Amino acid sequence: MFGEEGLLNELLVERFNYCVYVVLLLIGLYAMIAKNNLIKKLIGMSIFQTAIILFYVSIGVKEGATIPIYLAEHDPHGHHAEHIVHLDEANTIDVSEENATPLRLSHEQDHGHHAPRSLTDEETLGYANPLPHVLMLTAIVVGVATLGVALALTQRIYRAYGTIEEDAVLAAIQAEDAATVIPDVLATKPKAKKG
Amino acid sequence: MSENSIALIFAFPLFGAVFCALFGRKSPNLCHPISVASLAGALGAGIETLRRVIASEANEVSYFFGGWNADAYPRGVGIEFRADYLGTLIMLVVVGVAFLVAWYSKLPVAEETPEKEGYFYSLFLLQVTGLAGISLTGDAFNLYVLIEVAALTGYGLIAMGSARAAAATFKYVILGTIGASFYLLGVGYLYMKTGTLNMVGIEQFITDNESLADSAAMQVAFVFVCLGVLMKMAFFPFHAWLPSAYFHAPTTTSCLLAPLVTKVMIYVMIRMLLTVFGVEFSFKNTHDDEGNIWTEVLPWLVVLAILCAATMALAQRDVKKMLTYLIVAEVGYMVGGVWVYNYYGLIGSIFHIISDACMTLCLFLGVGIILRKRKTTHFDGLRGLFRKMPFTMTGFFIGGFSIIGLPPTCGFFSKWYLITGGMLAERWEYIVALMFSTMVMVVLFFRLIERIHLAVTESGENIGHGHGDLALPKSETFFDEAPLSMLIPLLLSAGVVLVIGVFNQDVVNLLQDFLEPFNLPKGTGR
Repeated sequence: MFGEEGLLNELLVERFNYCVYVVLLLIGLYAMIAKNNLIKKLIGMSIFQTAIILFYVSIGVKEGATIPIYLAEHDPHGHHAEHIVHLDEANTIDVSEENATPLRLSHEQDHGHHAPRSLTDEETLGYANPLPHVLMLTAIVVGVATLGVALALTQRIYRAYGTIEEDAVLAAIQAEDAATVIPDVLATKPKAKKG
Repeated sequence: MSENSIALIFAFPLFGAVFCALFGRKSPNLCHPISVASLAGALGAGIETLRRVIASEANEVSYFFGGWNADAYPRGVGIEFRADYLGTLIMLVVVGVAFLVAWYSKLPVAEETPEKEGYFYSLFLLQVTGLAGISLTGDAFNLYVLIEVAALTGYGLIAMGSARAAAATFKYVILGTIGASFYLLGVGYLYMKTGTLNMVGIEQFITDNESLADSAAMQVAFVFVCLGVLMKMAFFPFHAWLPSAYFHAPTTTSCLLAPLVTKVMIYVMIRMLLTVFGVEFSFKNTHDDEGNIWTEVLPWLVVLAILCAATMALAQRDVKKMLTYLIVAEVGYMVGGVWVYNYYGLIGSIFHIISDACMTLCLFLGVGIILRKRKTTHFDGLRGLFRKMPFTMTGFFIGGFSIIGLPPTCGFFSKWYLITGGMLAERWEYIVALMFSTMVMVVLFFRLIERIHLAVTESGENIGHGHGDLALPKSETFFDEAPLSMLIPLLLSAGVVLVIGVFNQDVVNLLQDFLEPFNLPKGTGR
């Protein structure tokens, strides 16, 4: 159990990120279901969503990898820096536009020869996968929007019932229901038979 | 223009929503025409898309947003929208229902949410954008985002009602978020194992790598996706949010959400089972050919769902509340049609999505008119309504007959296929549940007919003397029909229920073309 191949080793060392996210997920789920206070439920919801974000971010992590921007040796535009220097020189030496324009043009033509290229499998080994992280940007936005809507609802519930405790709100609703009288559309009952 | 028809389906309501938000404050009267016009545009684009799908070689059309087309780049770079028969039909239902509801909504929105037309219609149009997007997207993560777009706007639309609606929406927010997050978690595991989010790419990877079937991570993905979607569609144990949310929502909101949201989520389940996980993985996935544990467990859960929801519907004393429980029962029908795992069951299930959307729309439009006229939807408020509004009530009852499943309506034909599928798969418990629920609906609707046509009290005592509503006082029975802007959409939706019923074979032919390649069992035996 404690050895190199043991369960504990696997849980705490190899798959530590999954343990963390599962624990957070369950804390969030518990708070959402079992807590009576609406704000505490929403805190639970945030923890729940954050746990999933952590899960995604952690599967995109790669040991020793760098951010997915071309390393210098993979960059088809590796000599960009020189271009900029040239341009600056051209501008300082000769400010007249006739001279500056052809230089810019040739620079743009240069781009055509060095279109972005897709890297081979071996070359990509050094980069981390950016996709899970990018997806989580969207998920964070969704989470913020949900929380905003939920907080607005809580405010509305508080204004209507004067409490944010769920059981008190439910009691108020039940009292409201009991007090509701169904409007009888035929309040005037037909008169008894004539004659 | 034509090759962009898929994008136009979303462009129309999306920009319509922006315009409504911009002009809603200053000139609220503009919002209704903008919504109707943009949804008409979307409907046109949708029909054009269906035409292109039928005309295309493979019976599907892809659209790559941002020009990341599959010829120049590997599939899965960029977001793909795929229109096949299944998705296109669901999208047409979404846009068509939304168009009728938008037309209908002029008076209810102005009366129930005055001063808020701009916000209401922008949320309304965004909701349609989200639901139509769900039905066409070909990207698993994009599907999550669109589910949340539809859910968030749905929360807003429901909470525009009374304070009670806000309390009901809170429950919906909690359950909806758990459901969508579970789906997201499932997609995360899928991405871990397959390395792509494109639905075609995922399916390709799963069929190419048979060892994946035994992978624990894939099982987790499958369970989380299914659980999340079942929560979002208000499948029985998770249905608690639906009845009170739809009951307290403003009329227009419940007319839009009740026919669409749950059905679109059932579509998502079918989409994930058939074209993402694949039939092999979803339904078999064991070493023997017996079918996996889910094909054993889920039909029984479906039976429980149908029986409980039908019984709860029987206990209601309010038309609108009763209908919300019927929606929960109908969800059980469709989930059952999928999980009996039979070709005809699946045809029935998809066909029932279409017909249930139409008939639920019909019923909710009718209930909206009743609510406006009588200020209540309680059974006691229905007396003598047929004399007052014969056309409205006729439309309402066509919807009701379709829910029961009487022949010329589309509800009959979809239920026919569901029952055929259940019989061929020898799922007798499912058939019993369907029959029980049908009987309950007969009771429910004939109880309504009795209330509406005759002047009986709650206890069945006849308060008129002798001849039912003929004996009601004149003041209660004079002809007082609903305004045309509400009546025409209702009658149109009733007409659609009948037309789909009469031309059911055409719809089924499209579905057969779609389902044929999946090699589902057609004969008897599990």
